[in-house]
Amino acid sequence: MNEERDLAADDVAPGDEFEGAGSLGAAVRSYLVGFLLAIVLTAVSFYLARSTLVWEPSIPIALSVLAIAQMGVHLVFFLHITAGPDSVNNIMALAFGLLIVMLLVFGSLWIMANLDHNMLPMDQILNMQR
Amino acid sequence: MWGKLSWAAIPLHEPIAIVASAVVLLVLAGVVGWVLVRGHFAYLWKQWLTSVDHKRIGIMYVVLALVMLLRGFSDAILMRSQQALALHGGGYLPPEHYDQIFSAHGTIMIFFVAMPFVIGLMNFVVPLQLGVRDVAFPVLNSVGFWLTAAGALLVNVSLMVGEFARTGWLAYPPLSELTYSPGVGVDYYLWALQISGIGTLIAGINLVTTILKLRAPGMNYLRMPMFCWTALASSLLMVAAFPILTATFAMLLLDRYLGFHFFTNEAGGNVMMYVNLIWAWGHPEVYILVLPAFGIYSEVFATFSRKALFGYRSMVAATMAICLVSFMVWLHHFFTMGAGANVNTAFGIATMVIAVPTGVKIFNWLFTMYGGRLVFATPILWSLAFVVTFVIGGMTGVLLAAPPADFVLHNSVFLVAHFHNVIIGGTLFGAFAGYTYWFPKAFGFRLHDGLGKAAFWCWVVGFYLAFMPLYALGLTGMTRRLQHYEVAAWQPWLVVAAVGAAFVLAGIGFQVAQLVVSIRRREALRDVSGDPWNGRTLEWSTASPPPSFNFAVLPQVQGQDDFWRRKQLSDAALASPADEEYQDIHLPRNSATGIVCAFFASVMGFALVWHIWWLVGLAFLCAYATFVKLAWREQQEDSVPADLARELDRAHRAARQGSAA
Amino acid sequence: MNAVAGGASGALRAPTGHGKKLEDRRTHDQSKRIIAGYGFWIFLISDIILFSAFFATYAVLTDSTAGGAGGRALFDLKSVGIETGCLLTSSLTCGLAAVGSRFRRSDLFQLAMAATFVLGAAFIALEVHEFARMVRAGNGPTRSAFLSAFFALIGCHGLHVSAGLLWLLTMMAQVRARGYRPEILRRILCFSLFWHTLDIVWIGLFSLVYLVGVAR
Repeated sequence: MNEERDLAADDVAPGDEFEGAGSLGAAVRSYLVGFLLAIVLTAVSFYLARSTLVWEPSIPIALSVLAIAQMGVHLVFFLHITAGPDSVNNIMALAFGLLIVMLLVFGSLWIMANLDHNMLPMDQILNMQR
Repeated sequence: MWGKLSWAAIPLHEPIAIVASAVVLLVLAGVVGWVLVRGHFAYLWKQWLTSVDHKRIGIMYVVLALVMLLRGFSDAILMRSQQALALHGGGYLPPEHYDQIFSAHGTIMIFFVAMPFVIGLMNFVVPLQLGVRDVAFPVLNSVGFWLTAAGALLVNVSLMVGEFARTGWLAYPPLSELTYSPGVGVDYYLWALQISGIGTLIAGINLVTTILKLRAPGMNYLRMPMFCWTALASSLLMVAAFPILTATFAMLLLDRYLGFHFFTNEAGGNVMMYVNLIWAWGHPEVYILVLPAFGIYSEVFATFSRKALFGYRSMVAATMAICLVSFMVWLHHFFTMGAGANVNTAFGIATMVIAVPTGVKIFNWLFTMYGGRLVFATPILWSLAFVVTFVIGGMTGVLLAAPPADFVLHNSVFLVAHFHNVIIGGTLFGAFAGYTYWFPKAFGFRLHDGLGKAAFWCWVVGFYLAFMPLYALGLTGMTRRLQHYEVAAWQPWLVVAAVGAAFVLAGIGFQVAQLVVSIRRREALRDVSGDPWNGRTLEWSTASPPPSFNFAVLPQVQGQDDFWRRKQLSDAALASPADEEYQDIHLPRNSATGIVCAFFASVMGFALVWHIWWLVGLAFLCAYATFVKLAWREQQEDSVPADLARELDRAHRAARQGSAA
Repeated sequence: MNAVAGGASGALRAPTGHGKKLEDRRTHDQSKRIIAGYGFWIFLISDIILFSAFFATYAVLTDSTAGGAGGRALFDLKSVGIETGCLLTSSLTCGLAAVGSRFRRSDLFQLAMAATFVLGAAFIALEVHEFARMVRAGNGPTRSAFLSAFFALIGCHGLHVSAGLLWLLTMMAQVRARGYRPEILRRILCFSLFWHTLDIVWIGLFSLVYLVGVAR
């Protein structure tokens, strides 16, 4: 199978680090940095959820933004998915997946909200039939 | 001890089911007995059932599809004859049996005929076209196949023990909830599809990884044959869509088994969410089925027109566009559910947009034939019939995509006619074209041409007779899934449709005869060149049937249609590689993991259907143990010595030269 | 690979042949590692889509409480906070285990894997405890569509973590019994991808289910 190597030469498995982080210490340090960032973001999220400092309706959006930021931190520091040329395939696959996730979640919410708006709730339909 | 299972589960009161089960059991016993008495079991076990060779797994997928086609088609015959007779409550099928038949027909045809057929062809062909020796995950490939077979087994077991769903092929709640379907039918449906769904997911992951990560040297993305592109798009859709199905069915199972309220009428459950989710899977599924068929037509038109595929790049773009847009149209399956005009319009327009790349493809195929010298072998006949049939199906699809028209036609037999028009005319004709086209590659001899043409004409005539009347009936207001009806004017049309089904039956009869005759006369139909159709892509450059390692020396690809290019150059381009280029070849070792796991999965599915909880736990533990055993095995690869590879390769090249001269 | 000197003289042949073989073996294993990692990555993406289907259902059904309690009354942020801490720290220890396997430091690997297991098991124990508390108070999944969706979504993640724990133990045993073979290293790679992805899914869950649920 090694003959196919030339195609995979500029390739890296997701989760694998490449150049840099050559020593054990450096590798551990990168995980620790990611961990600290994640802890900070998590703490801010938990604080925000119950705080009265921020305008209330904006809290869900702020929490979503923080969640996305933290997911990014995990992707970079733990899963080692970066924008480098070596992981084009990994990024493309992820982007495709995220597109489907967005279509599914927002599509469902849009469709179902519309149905809710137009249709009687189920219990009332059942009452009408009685 | 045995949960809900008792002797009452065997449907002795339904003569048709009992006779059918008896026939199936007899045939099964006959086959098993023949294998054992003739002493073929060791060969079968070692060379096929435990094989991790992508070619053999592909062939087994196709065999599964063909066998299940017989089952699914016998359901179709029952339905067509029932409806032909059922004016004023005539006919011979009681409603509860009729409901099981149309549910089983849809489920089987989509999940256990169309899916395994296209996955099998992709499995067989894609690595050969890419110029590599195997797929990315050979053992998982076998697991995926056997899980699909386990699902098919469960559906067939439901014929003999218990019942099948009476809910239609998508089991909409609240009908499929425990309140309204207290029997085991829906459970059989759900567990069978959960198990085979895992198999499909595995197949999808395997094919995506194979195409993106394993290609012969020089095989760029834009040198890949069209079939590989469509296989990539189809497998991406499998990976993205099947988890949605798994989640949806899991929710319905939680409702039925643990009293959850996802889709119930009570406690805030929302039946419309099920419809929404199932079609978020269901629409991509349509393209999972039809895209590989598009790839097959592309190969067939190019090969039998003796021309390169017209507009290759636009074809690639169209395929990937369909792949993405297919996820943005799912609401058109439930326009009438009550969404507002804005939502309906948005999805209606998206649906019409998806017709554009499909139209691009149709024109490309026509231009591929334009100016070519067509060779009218059976594969291109199927492809020509496809173009005509699929255009009709596509146009009725655009009609249905307009919400106002859909409000009239929804749930009528017009819809039934439309989707049969695209699935038979698109996927099935393509699968048959591929089956005829690659059969000589798989077995080293061709299928009988005359019988193939007879089968083709019966199928095409039968198809039009069976489904064109349904368009007319749908426009006059006949709804689908009617066990009986009171409108006398419908009966003549339904009789015509039944005659069409009889023609299709004849077509299937010719196909069976074709297979039998071809096997018996295989010496006369033998092809030693490995290239019976004067093909263009790499699969035709190796022997038929290909050796276990596919290519003794991996091809160095320098352009599109690389084999054709080399054939045009000179004999030197086809000459045998030098001695030292042959090297030892490492191949994955066969493994019984797939079949053993699938056995435990079937047991687990059966136990879950009948609430035999101890058996569920036991089967799960055994399946886990099987995987641990696989993980612990010492030797993962076998090796083929370079000398043997060279010898086989040189012999094939000599045979090819001999047949050319 | 292409340049194997078939006709080299005997004296030269043995050492170069040997070296060549080692190199082949390495690229062979490297490409297998990339293939396995990529395939597993595709699987994880499909798994994320599975979660998104459950999440979409939860989002649609959040207000369908059938007159029962909603998230604000039911969620206990203290417990969720501890669960989050466990899972987050387990992601770190899982990363350390991967580093340990990369540098063949078995002490680091086994210790970090054991820590990961303990933290993961603690997460599951807390979650089960929470579920039991809710069910006892009459707020089980059969109470309302909202609770059905909640239990299914969080339970699906819990099942994944439990499966991960089983896999983790298997990997520890396998490394102990077999050492760092290429195929075992591939499995460690896949396991760590799996574990980190579960953590990413949990970020979505604690933020959008628990925190937003309480803040609304």
